[in-house]
Amino acid sequence: MSYNLKEELKKEDRLSGGHRMCAGCGSPIAVRTVLRALNPEDKAVVCSATSCLEVSTFMYPYTAWKDSFIHNAFENAGATISGVETAYKALKKRGKLDDTYKFIAFGGDGGTYDIGFQSLSGAMERGHDMVYVCYDNEAYMNTGIQRSSSTPHFADTTTTPAGSVIPGKLQKKKDLTKIMVAHGVPYAAQTTFMGNFSDISTKAHKAIYTPGAAFLNIMAPCPRGWRYPTEKLMEVTKLAVETCVWPLYEVIEGKYILSYKPKTKLPITEYLKMQGRFAHMFKKGNEWMIEEAQQEVDRNWEALLAMCGEL
Amino acid sequence: MGIRERLSGNEAIAFAMKQINPDVMGAFPITPSTEIPQYFSTYVDNGQVDTEFIPVESEHSAMSTCIGAQAAGCRAISATSSCGLSYMTEMLYVAASDRLPITLAVSCRALSGPININNDHSDAMSVRDAGWLMLFAETNQEAYDNYLQAMRIGEAVSLPIMICQDGFITSHAIENIELVEDEKVKAFVGEYKPEHALLGKENPMAVGAYATPVYYMEAKRAQAQAMMDAKDVIKKVGAEFAAMTGRSYDLIEKYEMDDAEEALIIIGSSAGTAKEAIRELRAQGKKVGLIKIRSFRPFPADEIAEALKNVKAFAAMDKDDSFNAHCGPIYAEVCAALYAKGIFAPKGIDYIYGLGGRDVRVESIQHVYAELEKIAASGETGETYRYLDVRE
Repeated sequence: MSYNLKEELKKEDRLSGGHRMCAGCGSPIAVRTVLRALNPEDKAVVCSATSCLEVSTFMYPYTAWKDSFIHNAFENAGATISGVETAYKALKKRGKLDDTYKFIAFGGDGGTYDIGFQSLSGAMERGHDMVYVCYDNEAYMNTGIQRSSSTPHFADTTTTPAGSVIPGKLQKKKDLTKIMVAHGVPYAAQTTFMGNFSDISTKAHKAIYTPGAAFLNIMAPCPRGWRYPTEKLMEVTKLAVETCVWPLYEVIEGKYILSYKPKTKLPITEYLKMQGRFAHMFKKGNEWMIEEAQQEVDRNWEALLAMCGEL
Repeated sequence: MGIRERLSGNEAIAFAMKQINPDVMGAFPITPSTEIPQYFSTYVDNGQVDTEFIPVESEHSAMSTCIGAQAAGCRAISATSSCGLSYMTEMLYVAASDRLPITLAVSCRALSGPININNDHSDAMSVRDAGWLMLFAETNQEAYDNYLQAMRIGEAVSLPIMICQDGFITSHAIENIELVEDEKVKAFVGEYKPEHALLGKENPMAVGAYATPVYYMEAKRAQAQAMMDAKDVIKKVGAEFAAMTGRSYDLIEKYEMDDAEEALIIIGSSAGTAKEAIRELRAQGKKVGLIKIRSFRPFPADEIAEALKNVKAFAAMDKDDSFNAHCGPIYAEVCAALYAKGIFAPKGIDYIYGLGGRDVRVESIQHVYAELEKIAASGETGETYRYLDVRE
């Protein structure tokens, strides 16, 4: 059945409105889209790492989650959801449960790339029937925009401020999706918000309904940390894709498949210039930073094309 | 009549787990508790239980999986020691505040550093304020018996429970033990039927909310109440267990305390050594006794104060140190218990002993009684913060 956004949006939202996430934040959009990919008759248990998402959606005595939900701590969404999934297996085996449940964990890049990396790696390696979704906003936004291993090269954050001696983050962004692929999981994909949401929705559905452990990495911009006008969210993600800063691809049983190839690959400046976190890169004398960033994108893109057999 | 066997403490715990056949175990090996998940995964792989075993990548994840599984509506168990328990600490607090009656077997071992694999209580004592029920065993039999009672106690008050024994001393030493028949165990432990669960049939459930200052304290107060309520539950379950096996259990065990003038307060396997010391001293006409703490959490403050009120001198025996330049945790809690009851007559001292597997001999304990005898005679406690059997 072909994807139809109008039809998709008729499904009941599984994350209700009225939560406290910021306007222009990508995270709740990622969550709602992923949960919409569940078959409406299936139940789910959702886990969230400690994050903006968690503290903004489940403040006692209110919850925005219509499915069963568990928050445990910052660094263990992978382990926590694997405990829930294993409980499901145990109860099913013992004939105590007959409903169909799906298991989805959400974490920001802090809870996924960094502090929760070990727990995630363990869950992926053990192959629980679950999906781990990283909503990647490229810094520790909940504590106030500190750098993470996902923060891009040169970005200005509160722990890598663009100073007079050190010009922002000195290290490159960690390529987590490929690390997850290296776990031998049956499904891993990288996506974000594009056009009619076909890419993210299709990948979320595949991730949820592929038996075994699946990983989805969703670029989910943060207007506070990236410093773009809240209404420009979709432009930011589109430019990330069109500049090949954030390529869309999926890996099925180890096979890389490119999801989208821009007709004309735009220069990285188109993406950088609309975000305050990169403003210092456009100052006189810092041209080398843009050059270096462009070279990195080019290199990564070429490597990905090769892996996808697109060269 | 039970089944006579010879088992190490770790085997006894694993055997109790097998008899209970819980839903999920998440565990990571660490000396000296490693054998517990080893034995248990053998039961799993040979189909002697149908528990789902999760071979996690760390103790932090072990407790995290247990939290997920128990919140989902299952009985979840784990086992650990020492640094593994420390590594779980953050999650221990969450388990207690989420009111999840997880059962954790602890084979107690010293904490690093220096790194050391032998017994003391610094691991368990370091998490004494995490909100877990904590039962300690003197012998393999007690470790086994405590484990069989654990889920009944934890589930009655919705709190997680630690079943502690002494690493190597009981975890690896093989002793005679009397096992309870499988069907009796199953009937005694019963089914786990949580009121709410993530996988609950009727309603979804949300676990682990963010609590603002408006609600946080009420959550903690409710947790404190559950711990207070647990005292009666432990006694009740202990009495029921006694009716089944003839082996009775309470919050504390008093040994030769009726007319004791000098007493020790002790936890774990060294109570056995102390009992031998007492038998010898009693034969010499000395009025010495012992209070063994079985339940450290909840702390049996009233029971200890009552048992100590007529002694002339006591020594709290702490198998770890709080490094407060003052005393270990048992001494602090015993003194608080006496003070709260208005009992000021007994003179008390604290001994830090047996750290990192330092042997605790009958003579070591007799030395403590000799010191207590001097204090009882003179009324002078002298230094209250002492180390036993140490080169200085």
